[in-house]
Amino acid sequence: MEVKKYKQNINITPELQQRIDELISHYPADKRKSALLPVLHEVQDAHDNWLSAELMDKVAEILNITPIEVYEVVTFYTMYNQKPVGKYMFEFCLTSCCGIRGADDMMEYACEKLGVQPGETTPDGMFSVVGVQCLGACGYAPMMQLGDFYKEHLTREKIDKIIEDCKAGNVILHDK
Amino acid sequence: MATKILLDKINIPGIKSYDVYRQNGGYASVEKAIKSMTPDEITEEVKASGLRGRGGAGFPVGLKWSFIDKKSGKPRHLVCNADESEPGTFKDRYLMEHIPHLLIEGMITSSYALGANLSYIYIRGEYMWVFKILERAIKEAYAAGWLGKNILGSDYSLDLHVHCGAGAYICGEETALIESLEGKRGNPRIKPPFPAVSGLWSNPTVVNNVESIANVPWIVNNSGEAYSKIGLGRSAGTKLISASGHIRKPGVYEIEMGITVHEFINSDEYCGGMMDDRPIKALIPGGSSVPILPEHLIYKTANGEDRLMTYESLSDGGFETGSMLGSGGFIVYNDTACIVRNTWNFARFYAHESCGQCSPCREGTGWLEKILHRIETGNGTMEDIDLLWNIQSNIEGNTICPLGDAAAWPVAAAIRHFREEFEYHVLYPEKIKNRDHYVNEPFSTVKHLINK
Repeated sequence: MEVKKYKQNINITPELQQRIDELISHYPADKRKSALLPVLHEVQDAHDNWLSAELMDKVAEILNITPIEVYEVVTFYTMYNQKPVGKYMFEFCLTSCCGIRGADDMMEYACEKLGVQPGETTPDGMFSVVGVQCLGACGYAPMMQLGDFYKEHLTREKIDKIIEDCKAGNVILHDK
Repeated sequence: MATKILLDKINIPGIKSYDVYRQNGGYASVEKAIKSMTPDEITEEVKASGLRGRGGAGFPVGLKWSFIDKKSGKPRHLVCNADESEPGTFKDRYLMEHIPHLLIEGMITSSYALGANLSYIYIRGEYMWVFKILERAIKEAYAAGWLGKNILGSDYSLDLHVHCGAGAYICGEETALIESLEGKRGNPRIKPPFPAVSGLWSNPTVVNNVESIANVPWIVNNSGEAYSKIGLGRSAGTKLISASGHIRKPGVYEIEMGITVHEFINSDEYCGGMMDDRPIKALIPGGSSVPILPEHLIYKTANGEDRLMTYESLSDGGFETGSMLGSGGFIVYNDTACIVRNTWNFARFYAHESCGQCSPCREGTGWLEKILHRIETGNGTMEDIDLLWNIQSNIEGNTICPLGDAAAWPVAAAIRHFREEFEYHVLYPEKIKNRDHYVNEPFSTVKHLINK
């Protein structure tokens, strides 16, 4: 696996463990595996937005399931990242409704501004730009996802401002 | 003013919070249901209402409820499908974001009707901020005694939780959704058994769309009969339409079913007419999967009747000259849109989202995407157009779940109604190099070149 190339420091803090326990409590005691998707989101958020094989193994241990049960889920769903990504990941929706309202232009502008190609991360690890499929914001196009939130009705000026805000540390990624 | 059932309170300041929602009559249906109605009486009201599933298929909700296995003695579950991923659709998000307690109220009343004591809302992972809104709203409902043990001092207990997906269109299919809720890949199951008999953890389960469930409080408060009088015939009630594309006012609108498509697109109350006054070229009325309609079939059916915003009128003429109401994902295209590019865009979506279980879909969606890309970029042949037709017809009906059909239908409809545009791409590759090729030179202005 390519993921072996990257090292990740695993740290299940007491706060994270408490949140994981809360999520597990939402399912019957003998159905802990059901908590897998929500738990992976929490664990990924707390680990620079990606999941190493070691971290997936840790999740398997927490939920008392086998590692393969975690790998097969992580590789199926697009929101789990299997290698490091930029701290600020700009995910542009490119599906039709956004496409006809300038989504490709917006993504190209962001790429140009940050000096990356779609799918790439800036050398300082700050930004990634990716094109994704429909995010359910068709009426507010063009748009992108950034962390837990959507940035809608994008213009070049708005993208400039978002990049500035990210650099200044003024962007909240997760609603915890 | 048109009748509003779901969005009538949306403009009340603070309606997102429990207190304001409650002060404005919220949770009345739970009180009425638990204190004065039996579960079966509620199911009968929902049946009488004529409410049809709002996720896309339009199956009668009360009938679906009546299939739930109550004899086996197994625990039962209600699962709300908030996976909303059909391109063009963003209505459920609007409801959950702005009036989350309406969904929670509907979940409690509906769970009571089904005899479910453990229910879930499955929301797509990208709507993470909405997930948090729902999580907090559920906590408020627990604190106020609407959830938990012995609700309102009755024998009825209910636990409700919100569960998040992680980016997979296929999880909107109810059996894939159940797999995902069990912590697995979203591979649809072979039916039967249907979820009503063997669903979540092999227990009897009903899966309903957000909007369907959000209608239940009104039906319980006002009666099924009153609901059935709203709308038109078998298209009872109101429908949330998420409108996008080349219109002046994209957004979510609640319409009473039966208004004309012309009114919906052109009235200031709804879409406000075409953006920049450009002519309309095509319409997808019910999300990316349903057939695209060309200009002459948008406002009128093939019989020359007004096209209405109802299940029946939008599908009038079948797939030859009609489409479907679907999820209400209403996408409007003007003359700058390229149908080939758009069809390729959707094919790319379905190729990305196929779960890979069934060969016709796994391979077919990839082929559709590649061939359409070839034509759109000026490298296609006339034979490719026939090949597309051949592939889509071999996907349709040959897969476990409807994703295969959903991928095939848009391609079939595009070729059926816009074949000349495909031919133009083959004949004049130099004219379509720029991705905005129809912006400066709409197809109507170059169409004559095909017959030269």
